Amino acid sequence: MTKKKGGVFTKFYIALILIFLYSPIAVMIITSFNKGKTVVWKGFSLKWYGELFKDKAILGALVNTLTIALLASFFATILGTMAAIGINNFRGKKRAVIQNVSNIPIISPDIVMGVSLMLLFAFLGNIFNFEMGYVTVLISHICFCVPFVVLNVIPRLRRMDQSIYDAALDLGCNQFQAFFKVVIHELMPGIISGFLMSFTYSLDDFIITHFTQGAKFQNLSTEIYAMLRRKIPPTINALSTLLFVTIIIIMIIINVRDRREEKRNSGR
Amino acid sequence: MKTRKLTIPYIIWMLVFTMIPIVMIGITAFTDKSGNFSLANFQSAFHYSGVFTKSLLIALISTAICLVVAYPLAYMMTRMKKSTQNTVIMLIMIPMWMNFLLRIYAWVILLQKNGPIDSALSMLGIHGTYIGNTAAVIAGMVYEYLPFMVLPIYTVMSKIDNGLIEAAQDLGSNNAAVFGKVVFPLSIPGIISGITMVFVPSASTFLVSQYLGGTDDIMIGDVIDKIFWTDQNTGSAISLVMMVFIFIFLVIMNLFGDEEAIA
Repeated sequence: MTKKKGGVFTKFYIALILIFLYSPIAVMIITSFNKGKTVVWKGFSLKWYGELFKDKAILGALVNTLTIALLASFFATILGTMAAIGINNFRGKKRAVIQNVSNIPIISPDIVMGVSLMLLFAFLGNIFNFEMGYVTVLISHICFCVPFVVLNVIPRLRRMDQSIYDAALDLGCNQFQAFFKVVIHELMPGIISGFLMSFTYSLDDFIITHFTQGAKFQNLSTEIYAMLRRKIPPTINALSTLLFVTIIIIMIIINVRDRREEKRNSGR
Repeated sequence: MKTRKLTIPYIIWMLVFTMIPIVMIGITAFTDKSGNFSLANFQSAFHYSGVFTKSLLIALISTAICLVVAYPLAYMMTRMKKSTQNTVIMLIMIPMWMNFLLRIYAWVILLQKNGPIDSALSMLGIHGTYIGNTAAVIAGMVYEYLPFMVLPIYTVMSKIDNGLIEAAQDLGSNNAAVFGKVVFPLSIPGIISGITMVFVPSASTFLVSQYLGGTDDIMIGDVIDKIFWTDQNTGSAISLVMMVFIFIFLVIMNLFGDEEAIA
């Protein structure tokens, strides 16, 4: 009997939290179809979507965001996986030191990373005569992505059976073959989740990009920041709605695929 | 054994792009514009002690609210069917994939004058302003960072061995005792990483208070952002002080964790 009561309360509590999480987004979506410029409802209209697609700056920022996220997570995955394999062979104090340093980008606040990288790039820029832009943003994103890869790969390495690597060597593989034919398959789940975490953090980043972007580069976050400063919110609502719909579609695809895979696995 | 060499690129990378920049903050904080040693930056940083206090206060309140809201949620989730658990987790994560700025801006729309909340309450005869105060900032913070509290607590709780709970029940514990003596102590690591993951960003972020707060709700992140573009020395000093505060906080949190683990 107590269990049933708990069930009703659980549903109520979760519903409340979901309302808290989704009502701001819902209001934003509704407002994006508003003819008027403010939240006061003036009738249905798609004109803000039209304005959005005319805005070349946003499309450019979107391309920048996606390419930076892809490149940053790609390089971070390679660098991080290599580092994890190396770190796993260290013992004792050396290992502790490297792992603690790895955690610095995770625990230090974004703003500190942002300003510290800005100092570095400004300093190097003076010496080598370059300006901040795409490349500095990419480097900064790799910086905060690498630790996620390291953290995700190390547990897989610990769980891995060292003898399969030795077996591959015994069977005539050289070190590289043993790695690419055997070890990497064992690490794949960790590598993939490290890549995905890097990708999402890179997509969402505002603060670090804000300090390292220089004068010309814009990603989606900094472009939205500029739009909010220029006070042109209605197109932002349209943009949010499209982003939200994209996320939902991606989630549904992932979910359907997972379900199918589960069925296939249970069928076997 | 040769694989140790694989860390070399990583170590060089971390040195150049993580350690050196942090050292540069330290150097910039202790020098003046012409590069001589100076403590004047910390003197100017001291002018913002009110902002520091307010930021820490807002971060602490937001973290506490997140914990109070997230803990029961995580507990309830672990008692649901596995497929429902996955759905709820997904529903909690989806807003996180919306852009950081869009999430705050959604709150601006919700709370602004003539916005949905204002007009709904006006119809009931209640008039007031809901934006431009500390409460709105805290609401925005909780909205931004609640998932960071839910996820670690949920992950740790869902790994608790059911056998332990059953054993406690068999030994005569009622539900409250099972929770107090088994589930809660085992969930402490999750609580600690949740608190860290919410407190650090909410103490140091900027923009949330700019968009949702009033004129006296400036946070330390906003100050750093404003100052750094013109005065890197004072900006670095403020960043350094903030880092020290956060470092002390992390050390205290870790002490808690270790003590509980031993007890």
